[in-house]
Amino acid sequence: MFKTKIICSVLFSTLILITGLGCDAKQDPSKTSITIWHWMTDRDPAFKELAKRYEEKTGVKVNFELYAPSDAYSQKVRAAAQGSNLPDIFGILGEKRDFASFIKAGFILELTPYMNEDSSKWRNSLFDKALAVNEFDEGNSYGIKPGIYGVPIDIMTIQMLYNKALFRQLGLNPNRPPKDFSELLEIGKKIKAANLQGLVSGWGEIWMIDCLASNYAFNIMGKDKVIATIKGEVPYTDPDWIKVLSVFKEMHESGFLASGLVTMVNKTAEQLFANERAVFAFNGSWCVNVYKGMNPKLEYGAFLPPKISDKYPMAIWGGAGSSFMVSDRSKNKEEAVKFLRWLTDVPQQAYLAEETNNLPANKESLKKIPDLLANFARAMDYATHPRVWGVSEFSPVIEAFDKGIQSIIIGEKTPEQVASEVQKVKERELAKKR
Amino acid sequence: MRFKAALENYILVFPAVLIFSIFYIIPFFSVLQLGFYEWDGILPTKIFVGLNNFKEIFTDRVWWQALWQSGYITLIALTFQNALAFLLAWACDREIRMKNFYRVLFFIPPVLSEVVVGLVWQWILNGNYGILNHWLTHFGFANLTRNWLADPNTALTTVAIVHCWKGFGWGFLLFLAGLQTIPRELYEAARVDGANAWSTFKNVTIPLMIPVVIMVAILTILGTMQVFVLIYTMTGGGPGYHTEVPVLRILASMRGSSRFGYACAQGITFGVILCMVSFVQLMISRKARN
Repeated sequence: MFKTKIICSVLFSTLILITGLGCDAKQDPSKTSITIWHWMTDRDPAFKELAKRYEEKTGVKVNFELYAPSDAYSQKVRAAAQGSNLPDIFGILGEKRDFASFIKAGFILELTPYMNEDSSKWRNSLFDKALAVNEFDEGNSYGIKPGIYGVPIDIMTIQMLYNKALFRQLGLNPNRPPKDFSELLEIGKKIKAANLQGLVSGWGEIWMIDCLASNYAFNIMGKDKVIATIKGEVPYTDPDWIKVLSVFKEMHESGFLASGLVTMVNKTAEQLFANERAVFAFNGSWCVNVYKGMNPKLEYGAFLPPKISDKYPMAIWGGAGSSFMVSDRSKNKEEAVKFLRWLTDVPQQAYLAEETNNLPANKESLKKIPDLLANFARAMDYATHPRVWGVSEFSPVIEAFDKGIQSIIIGEKTPEQVASEVQKVKERELAKKR
Repeated sequence: MRFKAALENYILVFPAVLIFSIFYIIPFFSVLQLGFYEWDGILPTKIFVGLNNFKEIFTDRVWWQALWQSGYITLIALTFQNALAFLLAWACDREIRMKNFYRVLFFIPPVLSEVVVGLVWQWILNGNYGILNHWLTHFGFANLTRNWLADPNTALTTVAIVHCWKGFGWGFLLFLAGLQTIPRELYEAARVDGANAWSTFKNVTIPLMIPVVIMVAILTILGTMQVFVLIYTMTGGGPGYHTEVPVLRILASMRGSSRFGYACAQGITFGVILCMVSFVQLMISRKARN
């Protein structure tokens, strides 16, 4: 009896350990297989179709594994890195410093030699700005060896959108979006008078506020001053930064911003704009696919955020939409690179663009995309992204800045108060770094 | 023989201890250890910073604001939610029509997913097209309409009320179970002695329900202080920092700032605070019972 109990206990413990800790399924050793982790729900069917085509062509099996939503995916990649369980190919969601940490830890293969093969054929086929997001320059502040570490599979730009039908309702020319900031404020007044909703966006998710704020920061003070601020050489209490923060106050007061914007998630904003309940939206090029699914008859146009100053050009966030990296610890890294090269070739990129309405990363594929999508692609000339600036702002500073803008919009704080609070956080972070 | 019996007991307990150690004890000590390091969650190297993370918590204004806000939600849950749960349980304990239907009805909110509840209430409370504002306007209270979740004056109370709506079913169930354990003879004896409804409630129901009230209160405090999913879905902590709660701050440190060490220190601090609150409450309840 005693022996039986012991045996039962040991068996039970072993069973729990096996089921609890899990075990890998065995794969056919004769066949090369590449595993890719991604978070892009909308692109998953297209990826799987391309994987099938690649296997037919080369005999290499490609397993696309979807882990959504992006938050969960991001945590999974970090956890896998800690356990040295990263797949052959994966994407990194986060700031450039996170990307740099993955490289420093030896998780990512440098792709520069592959990109430069055949007189840089692969490199030249991709948008420079999309590549720049995956590139580390000489003397970068992260201490990473200069080079390319990721492959963009699509590109994106974030712009303003307007509803043409609601423009007509407001007595405005549906083919003429606002050209400057004062015109935008005038439209805001009309929106308020007509009891319509103005701009909708995912400003409850914070990073999209940061995006529009940095657009205006580039326009008001230029790139160099923005970078100098991040480096701690210019304070956030500088009049130009107060002007940037005041943009949001003016937009709110004119009636340009929809009510409830500060807690709005982008999905809600997309629903509102697609259902013609809002005149303007601030969204990325991925929205073309989203709006098409929600309301195929939606008539809208895209435009750059109207300039507030003529001193510097308007810059919008753009570049690589999604990128893939090859694990430096993968046994199949050569095969993984080959697959990524194939994936970013014209036919595959055109197929992805056609199926998912995302902008292709391959320049040659642009000829085959719809006009509205091409409109987003043309805005790549104005695109910039924090990932290409070479320096990153401290996360607590970004949070204080964006939450501060929320406070301005709800009328709780003045731009001056927010600037002063952000500067305090900046000084605290700088002191900690020292 | 005694040794054999003891060994047998240890062997039988071993699987449970093993599971508990793997999934609770080891992670707890890992979190505690990480609290003393600066680590981004990616690099294999961690920088030892001693008590710096814990010191920083004391100067983190947003953290204390979040803690205060979760305390406010807890206060509303302790009073409004539990009073409602008790009243409804008391009503359902009496001979009323369709009482089984009410029992099921009141227990629906707790079994719903918090994400679903958050999204549904977000639609109800939406300032532009929400049902609440629609009905307020319809019944002539247009001056009361507002963007409930985006207005800093109403956001926190609104999420607290939704939290109460979601959670009162648990209290209802526990109170009802408690009320049903009170012997009916006591009520009959009180009635024979000439006690009216109020004195029966005060002298029979309340004293016998104290252990249940204490248990519900402890569960409410621990559950509400850790409120997260509902707020994350409804407001994401906004507008500004007006609906931030500690768990959201821990997530922000970990995911937003990639400061795993600081997030672990926040987690430990929060755990200690919860233990202290529970301990104080236990002391008070023991006194009350005596």
